[in-house]
Formats: sequence, structure tokens, C-alpha cells
Amino acid sequence: MSNDFLQMHLKAVMSCLVIFLYKVHTTKAGQFFSSGHTNNWAVLVCTSRFWFNYRHVANTLSVYRSVKRLGIPDSHIVLMLADDMACNYRNPRPATVFSHKNMELNVYGDDVEVDYRGYEVTVENFLRVLTGRLPPSTPRSKRLLSDDRSNILIYLTGHGGNGFLKFQDSEEISNMELADAFEQMWQKRRYNELLFIIDTCQGASMYERFYSPNLMALASSQVGEDSLSHQPDLAIGVHLMDKYTFYLLEFLEEVHPASQANMNDLFKVCPQSQCVSTPGHRTDLFQRDPGSVLITDFFGSVRKVEITKDTINLTSPVEPPIQRSGSGDIQIESLTYVDQLPVAEIIHQKPKQKDWHPPDGFILGLWTLILLVFFQTYGIKHLKHIF
Amino acid sequence: KFSQISRSYDIVCLLGRSYRCKCRPPARDQFQEELVIRPLHSGDIYASFQFRTLWDTDFLQERQKKVSHYRLFPKSLGQVLSKFSVRELHISFTQGFWRTMQWGQPFIPSPPGAELWVWFHHTVSDVDGNWKELTNVLSGIFCASLNFIDMTNTVQPSASFKPLGLGNATDHRFLRYATLPREIVCTENLTPWKKLLPCGSKAGLAVLMKSEKLFHSSFHSQAVHIRPICQDEQCTSKAWELRQTLNVVFDHYTSGQGKKEWSLFKMFSRTLTEACPLASSSKVYVDITDNPELFELSPATHLLSRAVVLGDRRTYSVYDLTRAETFGQLRSFNLLLRWKGDNMLRPLLHAERYVAGFGLQTGEIHTVIYNNHPYRAFPVLLMDSVPWYLQLYVHTLTVTSKSRDNKPSYIHYQPAKDRHRPHLLEMLIQLPPHSMTEVTVQFERALLKWTEYTPDPNHGFYVGSSVVSALVPSMVAMSTNFTQDQPLFSSFVPVKEESSYFVRVYTEPLLVNLPTPDFSMPYNVICLTCTVVAVGYGSFYNLLTRTFQVDEPSPPLAKRLANFIRRIRGVPLLA
Repeated sequence: MSNDFLQMHLKAVMSCLVIFLYKVHTTKAGQFFSSGHTNNWAVLVCTSRFWFNYRHVANTLSVYRSVKRLGIPDSHIVLMLADDMACNYRNPRPATVFSHKNMELNVYGDDVEVDYRGYEVTVENFLRVLTGRLPPSTPRSKRLLSDDRSNILIYLTGHGGNGFLKFQDSEEISNMELADAFEQMWQKRRYNELLFIIDTCQGASMYERFYSPNLMALASSQVGEDSLSHQPDLAIGVHLMDKYTFYLLEFLEEVHPASQANMNDLFKVCPQSQCVSTPGHRTDLFQRDPGSVLITDFFGSVRKVEITKDTINLTSPVEPPIQRSGSGDIQIESLTYVDQLPVAEIIHQKPKQKDWHPPDGFILGLWTLILLVFFQTYGIKHLKHIF
Repeated sequence: KFSQISRSYDIVCLLGRSYRCKCRPPARDQFQEELVIRPLHSGDIYASFQFRTLWDTDFLQERQKKVSHYRLFPKSLGQVLSKFSVRELHISFTQGFWRTMQWGQPFIPSPPGAELWVWFHHTVSDVDGNWKELTNVLSGIFCASLNFIDMTNTVQPSASFKPLGLGNATDHRFLRYATLPREIVCTENLTPWKKLLPCGSKAGLAVLMKSEKLFHSSFHSQAVHIRPICQDEQCTSKAWELRQTLNVVFDHYTSGQGKKEWSLFKMFSRTLTEACPLASSSKVYVDITDNPELFELSPATHLLSRAVVLGDRRTYSVYDLTRAETFGQLRSFNLLLRWKGDNMLRPLLHAERYVAGFGLQTGEIHTVIYNNHPYRAFPVLLMDSVPWYLQLYVHTLTVTSKSRDNKPSYIHYQPAKDRHRPHLLEMLIQLPPHSMTEVTVQFERALLKWTEYTPDPNHGFYVGSSVVSALVPSMVAMSTNFTQDQPLFSSFVPVKEESSYFVRVYTEPLLVNLPTPDFSMPYNVICLTCTVVAVGYGSFYNLLTRTFQVDEPSPPLAKRLANFIRRIRGVPLLA
């Protein structure tokens, strides 16, 4: 009986221990892996062209700067700027883009890599980047190589209206197209969670039509409201930033990689008293509670580190010296440089033999017509004169 | 740091030789950097950085294993060379236009915008396919929109752009040339360019490259040139040479209150503290040819170097950064130069180009080439690549020198095909001494399809620069020997004969307005048409189909009550 008692006691102790360990696991390790993503990507787009839209480029570059500061590397950021403001001839301080008046903060920096610029920023290219349907020769820096464990931040800024966003003053993207692109991304499992921020007039209309899961959206103004710009700089002559992104930058400057700030703080950025427009947000498609989502889940690239005690053997990176092919192949002919302007040779150059192409359809048709007309007028008996 | 690591490797090798360890193979690559500073007679300062990596390897040989260990040579470029079987690659990004009349000839010329020309290996079967993929890959490496290079702006010159590296076969079918005059150069192009250097921008001369100062200049050009060259004087084997050049012209005279006094700190907002540890040579040259009394150079140096460059013998003060004495006690090297005099540099060859005419239908392109040599005539090769939407009329082509007709000895003209390829015109013209030669050709502007217009069509459309290649007679004999110790700026173009030097001059790009439709027109037309239809047709339809019915108003309450009572009584109702 004492044995049974002992066994029962042991079992009780064991179960308590198991429950205790499980609790510990969920509190520390559980928290550790709660967000479910392993890498971060950012797609930052400025859709406006022309010097007076300086503020949209400054908006995008401020978010770029914050995202880079919090750890996302350039290889994981797709930056699209529709026009060049930094080296624009109208810029009194070349290679700079300022976000505060009196030129306090240069958001362009010394280490910027723009992936799509100028005329390349089109609706088609933007949707292709999102859905991954790019031509095979596109370089890696221009692709969004995300997988099903990626958290993606998408930031759009420019001029917009109720249900559309204008690209470069010549085309527009509608909210339905955007929602469908996100659905394509979901079906191809190109994201784990997606945060969509838009800073345009009537920005909330752009996220009205989303229907894919795990999307959270923020906009700088509601339908029917305009987003306003912040402050002009008299030396540069244009407005430097939009109000919403200005306060967003101010908020993000306080965030550091280990910060515990969550999405509820982000929703409070720029209330109506500061922004004049009412920022909106949408979280119904998002599965987690916004209060438990860290800012660094989207803006930073906090890597999870797994410590192991096993040793791994690396192969030697140095290759044995490359043996030149055997002595029989030594060419003793001395090599020479080419004459840069061989006048005599050029004058006597024969015309290139062009490749022969069979006659084009037009020429064939023309000849057929001529022959037909000829034989119609003169009759078929003249054929024997030809053959 | 790097030198320490390499030294420790050597020690380990020495020790390990008896233990048969796998030492690293002897280094067959070397890196040299130099900076040349030349005051220009207009008061500007011309600074030219050149970084050269020489590597004795073979990217194109099939028998060897593929090259996979990169030390000084950047891996991204090495992979590009082997994948696309490239024999020579020249790419440049330029902001601003080089003013030959005021500044003389540059060491490495480049046109405004982006320029890319590539010689492919003769084993390539599909040159156009390789070219298209190469431009896409380079657009990713340099963060530039080089993917806009396609068949509509690529040409295949038949006589210009001979290879600058080793080789015998020059079949021009393997050459492709394209320019993008609209391409903007900014920090995002400088950042990946700096990352290709072995020391990055952390040590050596590259610490001077701060974008805020480099782009606040009259002229900024960065280029990458890759070609095979002779390894030694006997020229029995080839080595790959990668040259990264950065030419910049600062305008401190106008912005510095007219004082001709400058320093490295003023130009670059930095001073030099050390040479790149991976470099075998790191030098700064200052051009002091004109009369030593005109200059006050500090810190003073006794090292002088004489070189014949661009047909002129010039003297340079040399500062060797690999020697610790150059940096002095403060461990910082700042060059100060006070310049007192003026010197006139008359370039022997220069060219300009402009569009004449009025209206949006026709126009005329004028290219003017000046030969300023007092008594020698020499031939120049003019290459013009005009986009298809400017339809050239070649029968109106005239070449006049000194108001007489000058017949070119070689003309190669390839007409454009709409939306397929541009015009290519190459001519070999003999320029009489001390003369001005004018080449004119009339054109007509095409009306593009409305989807082909850029988002800002009222800005205009760019036409790439013309290229004038010439062998200019030299006042001074040039040396045809090739030595390893030659400064980099004088060894870019191989010298074949002593009496003339090869030079390439680029003209201005043209900005041409095409007839632009009013893009708001469809919206206005729809509004107007709908209004007319609604008001006009609507009224007409109503007139024809509307019928009128008499409708009695309902009687007041009293009358209704009275009628109700009357109905009950059975008495006739009121009206």
C-alpha cells in the first residue's frame, strides 16, 4: 500500500511539475514565438511626381529611415520613389531631403538604395511587386521575396481620392484592385501578417474593400476629409511633410528595437487636434488583438536567436590553387591592344552582310496583287512567256 | 585590420607548411587608388578619383572550375562577367555637362545621364538576349533605371567604340551601345558604387566621398570600366582590370567669394587619415605644371612626377599615402592650395550641338565641331544616335567646313524602324586646321500613341549626346611603353603611336518637344457631350412624347364633409 501511495504521490508531483513547466513555457517561450513571423519586409511607395510634391518623397523617406533604423536591411525593403527630389536642380541643398523646417533632419541620408525610381513607379509594377509576378530577369533587389512567415509593412503616400490613389498624375489604382492584390498574396501565402498605412486625402476609402485575413490598416483621414501638409520651409520653398507622417515619424523616433510599444499606441498617433483630419484604422481582419502586437513586429526586424551547444564543421572556403592547363598549351603570341581609330581600315570597311530575311508579308501581298492584275488584264496565255 | 589578418595568414602558412595545411594561394590581385587634383583656369577644381583592381584570373574559360573565391574584386561584378560572357564593360553615370572650352579635356569623358557599352565574347550566340538581361542585372546593382534600355535606344556602332582592352577580333556584331540621357544620378547610385570598393568608404581615398558635397558641384560622373589588359610589359598573359572612376568639378570660385583658395576639407568636408590597407599604392597628385610661382601648396612635398597626358607634358606633386610621414603629427592629411594666377588651356577639339527651327512639326539638328589646331588637320569619327520619333531626312544631311562642302570619307547610316530601333549615323570627317565644321540634318517630329507619352510629356524628350572620337595630334611625344608604375590617369587609353592621342568628346544632349495632346481632353469632352445630350436631347424627347392630363386639386375639408353628408342623404354633390 505504501508503494501505491508512493506511486500516486509521485504521479501527482509529476503532473504538477508538468503543469508548472508548461506554464513557464507559455510565459517565456510562448511569448517568444507568439507573433509567428520569422522575417520582415517593407514596401514603401511614393506615387507623386514634380517638385511641389516634395513632401510625399519626404514622407516615404522618413518611414524608410525608421524602418532601417529598427533593423530591416536594404535587401528586405522595396523603396519606390516616383521622382527625384534630392538631386533635383531646384533643391538648394543637393543630396538632401529634409523633414523638419530649418533643415534639421536629413531623411535622405548617405546610405539610401532606391529600387524603383522615376518612370518605373507605375500601378503595374507595384502590383507585380506585391504579387510576385515579375519578369524573370528582374534583379533581386526589385523583388518582394516574402514567404508565409513574413510580416510586411506597406506604406503608400501621394494624392488620392474616394476609392483611388493617383500614380504620377497619369494613372490610378482603385481600392478594389488593392484588395484583390492582397487576396492574391494571401492565396499564394506571401505574407503572415500585413500592416497597411496610407497617407493621402480620403485614405480610409482605400482599406474599405479589404477581405483577406491578417490585414491591419491605418489611414491618415476618413472619407470626405483631406489630409493636410505640415509646414513649409522658406529656403526650399515647398511643404516638407504631411501632418500624419510627421507625427508618425516623431512617434517612431522614440521606438527602439527592444521597445514594447504596441499598435494601440500607433492608433493614437496624430489625433484630430494635431492632424485636423481624423486618422482611421481597421483591425477586424486581424486575428491577434492589436494591444498584443508590437510596433517592432512590422517596423523592425527583431530576429529570434536560437542558441545551440552543438559544433558545426565548416568546409574550408579556400580552394586549392587553380592549376593552369599543361605546358603544351602555352601561347607565346603576344597580345595587343586594338587601334582606337584605324582610319584606313574604316574607310575601306565593306558593308556588313546583313542576314537575309524572307520577304515580308506586305511585299508578298503587293507582288501577288500585281501579278493577279496583270494576268487578269492580259489573260492566262501569257503565262507561257514567263515560264 | 586587414593587413594584420593577411600577416597572420602568412605566419600560419609558414608554420603550417610542414603540417600540410591548406594555405591561401598567393594573391594574384592588387588594388591601387589615386586622386588627381587639377585647378582649372575658370577657377573651378577638378578632382578625379581612380580605383583599380587587377586580377589574374579567367572568367570565361570553361575548362577551369567557376571562379568562386573573390578577394578584392567584387563578387557581384565577377558573376555578371562570367554569366553573360562579357569581354568589356563600360558604364557611367553623369550629372551635369563637361564644358570643354572652360575646363579642357577630362581624363575619362562621359555624356550626361547614363551610358553603357559592352563588348561581348565571340562565343555568345544571342547577343541581344544577353544585352537585355545584362541591363536588368546592372539596374539592380546600381539602383538605376537601366531596364529602360531596350531595342529602341540600343545601337550597334560600326566604327566607333573599339575595345579599350586586349584583343584582336573586332567584329562589331558583339558591341552594343546605349545611353539614357534622362537618368538622374544621386546618392542611391553612389551607395552601391562605393560598396564595390575593397575598403568600402571606410578607409583610403573613398572616405572623402560624402554625397552632400559631391552632388553640390558643377559636374559629377562615376563610372565602372572592366577590360582585360596586359599583365606585364611583354604582354604574354591577360589580367582583368576593374577601374572605378569618379570625376567631380567643384565650383568654389563662385561660391567662395571669388578667392582661389581651397583645401581638401573645404571640398569634401573630410581629411584623409589613412590609406586603404588593401591597396598596394595610394597616391594624391596635384597638377602644378603652370609656373610654380603661381601656386602655394601646403604641405610641401619634394616628390614630383612628370607625365604626358592628353598630349601635354604636365608636372604633378605626389603625396604617397602609404607612407606615414604624409599624415604628419596630427594623423590627418589636408591639402591647401592658394592660387594666384590664371592660365588658359585651349582644347584642340571640342563640339556642340543644338536644335534649330520653330514649331512642333519640323526642326534641324546642328552639330558643330571645332578644330583649334593652328596647322594640322585630323580626322574625327562622329556618331549620332537619334530616337525613332525624330524622323531624320538624310537627304538633307550637309557637312560644311569653312563654308565649303566637306565630304565624309566614310558614312554608315542605319535608318530607324518605328518603335524598334533608333537612327544610327556614323561619319568619318576630315577637319581642316583652325576651322569650324557644321553638320546639319533636318527632321520631323512624330506623333506618339497616347500610351507612349511619359507622365510629364511637357518636359520634353531627350536625345542622347553625339560622340566625337578623334586622334588628335600631340604637341609632345607620348610614350608607348606600358609600365606598372604609371599613374592611373595616364594609362586609361592604350597609346599606339607617339604623335597623337585618342580622345572622345561628347556633345550636349538635346531636349526636344514633341506634339503633345491635351490629356485632360477626354474628360472635358465627356462632360460637355453629356451635358449637351442631357439638355438638348432630353428636352426634345420630352416635347415629342410628353402628354398632359388635367388633374383636379383635392377640395378643402369643409367641402369634403359636405359632400360626404350629401352622399348619405342621396342628394347631388357639390362641384
